[in-house]
Amino acid sequence: MDMLVYIVNDPNIRWIILGCMLLGLSSGVIGSFMVLQQKSLIGDALAHAALPGICIAFMLLGVKSTAGFLIGALIAGMLATVGIRWITEHSRIKQDAAMGIVLSFFFGIGVLLLTRIQHSGNGGQSGLDKFLFGQAASMMRQDLYLLTGISIVLIAVCILLFKQFKLVSFDRGFAKGLGWPVVWLEQIILLLTVFVVVAGIQAVGVVLMSALLITPAVAARYWTDRLHIMIILAGIFGAVSGAAGTVSSSMVSQLPTGPVTVLAATLIFAISALFAPRRGWLARLWQHRRNRLEWNNKGGVSHEQ
Amino acid sequence: MNKKPVNMPDHTAVSPLHAQGITVAYHKQPVVQNVSFKLDEGRLVALIGPNGAGKSTLLKAMLGLVPAIRGEVSVYGQPYASQRKRIGYVPQRESVDWDFPTNALDVVLMGTYGRLGWFRRPGRQEREIAIESLSKVGMADYANRQISQLSGGQQQRVFLARALAQQADLYLMDEPFAGVDAATEKAIITLLEQLKQQGKTVLVVHHDLSTVEAYFDDVLLLNRELIAAGPVEMVFNTEMLQRTYGGRLTFLQDSGSMIMTGK
Amino acid sequence: MSSDFWIMLTAALMSASCGLLGCFLILRKMALIGDAISHAVLPGIAIAFLLSGGRDSMAMMIGATALGLIAVFLIQWLQSSGIQSDASIGIIFTALFAVGVILVSLNARNIDLDLDCVLFGEIAYVQWDTWMMNGIDMGPRSVWMLGFALLVILTLLGLFYKQFKITAFDPAMAAACGIPVMLFHYLLMGMVSMTSVASFESVGAILVVGMLVIPAATAYLLTDRLGRMLIYSVIVGVVSSIVGYYTAYILNASIGGSIVTIAGIFFIITFLLSPRHGILFRKLQQKRIASSMTSN
Repeated sequence: MDMLVYIVNDPNIRWIILGCMLLGLSSGVIGSFMVLQQKSLIGDALAHAALPGICIAFMLLGVKSTAGFLIGALIAGMLATVGIRWITEHSRIKQDAAMGIVLSFFFGIGVLLLTRIQHSGNGGQSGLDKFLFGQAASMMRQDLYLLTGISIVLIAVCILLFKQFKLVSFDRGFAKGLGWPVVWLEQIILLLTVFVVVAGIQAVGVVLMSALLITPAVAARYWTDRLHIMIILAGIFGAVSGAAGTVSSSMVSQLPTGPVTVLAATLIFAISALFAPRRGWLARLWQHRRNRLEWNNKGGVSHEQ
Repeated sequence: MNKKPVNMPDHTAVSPLHAQGITVAYHKQPVVQNVSFKLDEGRLVALIGPNGAGKSTLLKAMLGLVPAIRGEVSVYGQPYASQRKRIGYVPQRESVDWDFPTNALDVVLMGTYGRLGWFRRPGRQEREIAIESLSKVGMADYANRQISQLSGGQQQRVFLARALAQQADLYLMDEPFAGVDAATEKAIITLLEQLKQQGKTVLVVHHDLSTVEAYFDDVLLLNRELIAAGPVEMVFNTEMLQRTYGGRLTFLQDSGSMIMTGK
Repeated sequence: MSSDFWIMLTAALMSASCGLLGCFLILRKMALIGDAISHAVLPGIAIAFLLSGGRDSMAMMIGATALGLIAVFLIQWLQSSGIQSDASIGIIFTALFAVGVILVSLNARNIDLDLDCVLFGEIAYVQWDTWMMNGIDMGPRSVWMLGFALLVILTLLGLFYKQFKITAFDPAMAAACGIPVMLFHYLLMGMVSMTSVASFESVGAILVVGMLVIPAATAYLLTDRLGRMLIYSVIVGVVSSIVGYYTAYILNASIGGSIVTIAGIFFIITFLLSPRHGILFRKLQQKRIASSMTSN
């Protein structure tokens, strides 16, 4: 308990907790749109693809620079999504295999470059491997400013374009019929996702970043049928997970932030999946039992109300 | 397994397919409800009903591919599971990936897998059966063609050839006429007639009401529940169709044919 | 025996196993399940490590295979409850991988298993980690594990080739014929888990998926027959691992990373130039058709 008080009183850690909460919030919000567009694992591909982008940025600049990493990851992420689309459009390879190919190929290059940088003994490389699992404690004040900026922009865009994002996620063809620039809207969602992924890599790492996009959004879906409520809930779940991850990893040494954040989000998901009213597992089990009983008793009468 | 002596006198008296009280429900909605019927041997039977009536689901439930919450199926008087080798199933064409790296002959050979048991591989005898099946559907020339290079109708005929290679006694076909060209439709009909002459029983999920009378002997009308079952001339009439399709059916009395409207 | 020999043998055994299984994974559209399994085996390895108190190969194989199958089961369970398959995969593999990372990090001092090794593998050290039996040096442990995995794969695929083929092509028909579709599904998943753990130390968790998917997809663009696809996939995998090894040596970088990068380059070349399905060939064909139409 003393430890907790100490952490909350430490201004540095307070900042970091705030940053991780913002990150969880943003990824929950944008993740909701990705999940609804059935593109859950694109986030995973983007995060893996970011690694070579970051490494190349480091090799070119010679120093750790968040802005440089952001640009590197952005370019790599865009290349990865274009690659996935190319493979599925121009060959008989299906989406899942295309994602597997692109994800592992980019990550393979990333690992190759990362080890090359490490072996070359560049003094500035320390901490580059933190990108794999995240170490929120290594975040600098300027990283936090960046994170705050990204979150504010992201949430503002989502509020402004809520109607558009909603329709694009639900019925792409109809949105196209309205004459909306659907491809552009999708690219904006993707771009915002890349921003969150890059910002999140420092806190939760490349490998697990996709969990922050997917898990809170799916958990939120259990509690409501309304999109805006789902998005708000996903944001809250993400923020809570981020805070939980940061607090526990700063309390226990050797504990990377990413996995703990992911487990917190998974816990929220498990609770939602089991106990949510109507859609939860228990509620449905009960409903199923009741259906079956009714069937067996009445010998099958229509049950539409 | 349960091999019956050939000269058993009451063989024909046993129904090839007897369903009792089949009920399937997804979540709260009953999809198929309390369906019971008995098929007679050596008949071509159409299973018809509007979209969402549960035709495919009924077929799959009888094959044990989707769980039924109630009901029993017996095939030639025996429990379904012991009679699998006597049943040939033709799934909908869209249910498989036609980019799969294989050719037409190989797909037809798959029809013999069930009979081969766990360890045996298809040999020369199976190949002969497969080639013969392909020629029965007029596809012998395409045996070595990669399956994605076949037209929709040709793919459907490969599926039928595969069912033939199963050398079953009872065939269950899911919409074999959907989206095929005239040549294929004709080939399928010829095939059905041949099967009938061999004393086999065929249940076909069908959607084209205008051809029911020409192609089939018996008909099952389904809209979640079984509305009617029996010989075409007795059951396939305006009243029963109205009851099956509700307001979704209009009749062109002049021409004597029927068309479906709406969804 | 020279160290190059052992490293390349390890890499070749790993690529052969992954190449064979990868074909079935991509044909069943389960490439990402393969990815999920290769991440999910980490907690299994960590638990086996903690329980057995060392690198007991058998315990690791069993622990990881169990975890892989649990992951598949959980993913299917979520899917059947109405969650999209992508999302189910994402939730389960990240959760299990997170558990694995935490177990490894918390016990980093007690056990000789460091995170980098688990992730990227250290194929270069394969030869130092030998299997001692009755005091006799039997050769590198990785080679034994991978050899065992490959033997199991060859045996099962050899015995049940037709079942694996038909359950990949048309599972509904297979089930209607009485072939136990679920059994073969879990057999395949079990083999993928086993291969993941056996490959772990040589190429690491993340790159296993690359070796599962990339050579198989390359082979898929080269042939229209399943039998040949399996052979090509193994060839592409083995060649990538040998070329990758030398590339890593020249660049002084991760061997696992460079093997997957080379495999990716082979894929790109095939994607562009394959005589059947390559982009260039298709473009040429389209041009020919267009020109023949205008000339008529």
